[in-house]
Amino acid sequence: MVKKTKDEILIKTFRIRKSTVFLVLTIINVMAFSLLMLHARSVQARAGQLLASSISIAKELQLTDLCLFTEARYTRHPAMGDVHAAFQDHPLALEHFPSGSLVPAPRPFMRRHE
Amino acid sequence: MNKAIERHKNILEFSLSSLLRRKTKNASLLAIYTLIVFAIASLLFFLSALKRESILILKDAPDMVVQRMVAGRQDLVPLVYAKEIASLRGVRKVTPRLWGYYYDAPSGGNLTVMTAAMPAGFIKIGSGVSRLRRATVADVIVLQSYDNEVPLMLEIKEVLPYESELAAADLVIMSDLDFRKLFKFPQGHATDLALTVANSRELSTLAEKIVDRYPDARPILKSEMLRTYDSIFDWRGGMMLVMMIAAVLSFIIFAWDRATGLSAEERKEIGILKSIGWETSDVLLLKFWEGAVISLSAFFFGVIAAYVHVYFFSAPLFQPVLKGWSVLYPQFKLVPAVDAYQLGVLFFLTVAPYTFATIIPCWRAATIDPDAAMRS
Repeated sequence: MVKKTKDEILIKTFRIRKSTVFLVLTIINVMAFSLLMLHARSVQARAGQLLASSISIAKELQLTDLCLFTEARYTRHPAMGDVHAAFQDHPLALEHFPSGSLVPAPRPFMRRHE
Repeated sequence: MNKAIERHKNILEFSLSSLLRRKTKNASLLAIYTLIVFAIASLLFFLSALKRESILILKDAPDMVVQRMVAGRQDLVPLVYAKEIASLRGVRKVTPRLWGYYYDAPSGGNLTVMTAAMPAGFIKIGSGVSRLRRATVADVIVLQSYDNEVPLMLEIKEVLPYESELAAADLVIMSDLDFRKLFKFPQGHATDLALTVANSRELSTLAEKIVDRYPDARPILKSEMLRTYDSIFDWRGGMMLVMMIAAVLSFIIFAWDRATGLSAEERKEIGILKSIGWETSDVLLLKFWEGAVISLSAFFFGVIAAYVHVYFFSAPLFQPVLKGWSVLYPQFKLVPAVDAYQLGVLFFLTVAPYTFATIIPCWRAATIDPDAAMRS
């Protein structure tokens, strides 16, 4: 006689088909996903309000960059740097800051220096 | 109609039993698959949110910034330039900006020092600086001035709100007088010039005029600033591309393994099913459901986990990559930017290939003689 697994015994006891369990689980997933999308929409509607302080500071101080990478001068203000920025410390100073690999040289500057 | 649904339900039932028979293997498959979807979805959510915020925050950036180059390096701009540029037709306003970087030796952080209309002796600081120096309103911050005289003692008038960290975490805002004192900044000069123009369509013509008059000037247009951020947050560039390629490649290897390798046990199973009267289409439907159960579940688990990771917990797994060696790092909560197109692409890139990769080898096994399939 084939020994029944725990799952099989459990499912038989409650007489629920596996396909029903899967479909219910998928419906729960779809509902959770839809709730997150609704959450995204409601937060997006308040985006202006949430970012109001950043927007007003950027306007008042005429900021040109976001504060993302503070480790080096040229990564703090990538829009203001140029392609030689990494070499400013000394002639052999190849890119040594990790964020340098995240920040590609802006295309207009690339053209200008070619 | 009901018959068709019942047929699908029965085959789904059978495929779930088949998956549960190889529980450990399929559970690990689901875990890896979920992890790959999670990595790709997190990256997409993170980049699209940052891209959206950069556009919103920088929408009021200066129309043009004029820098001055001396021997190929950026230098201070004489205020005479500002007067002459202001006289050009189409220029509405020229604001000389005073700003620079201050290396804060006690904390090891790089601060961005800017000026605004403020009384001398007072500063406003970003909440990142407040955290770094453990200082708040009414505390005094000591900065070492460049003339090596008495250090500059500045009282904190305001700590900028936490919500502004993405724009101002490392800012120290002070008066022009304190700025010039701190950096021994020469009178009659500015770091660069911020321009506002009457007609944004004339920007490139204006930039040409400025370069004609001052060959040492380097104009940077607002569109170029925005494009810089566009390229940083573009999933097709930089480190993001490397991360994306790694995730997509691992997924391809994963699907390829599925598409090429059909175990002897699975082959035998197909042979038995065919010999007891299953049609080829039934076998294919069975394998389709097996693939769909895994890929659909992995897609939902991965995307939901990615959303929570990026928008509820501020993407802690990406922080070491973004932080690099910086001491001062902004702590920001992103506004969700979920794009239906991106999610659709992600769905078809993950769910569809895996499901089809499961069907193809089974189709080959299901079309041969059941006897040969069982013996192979």
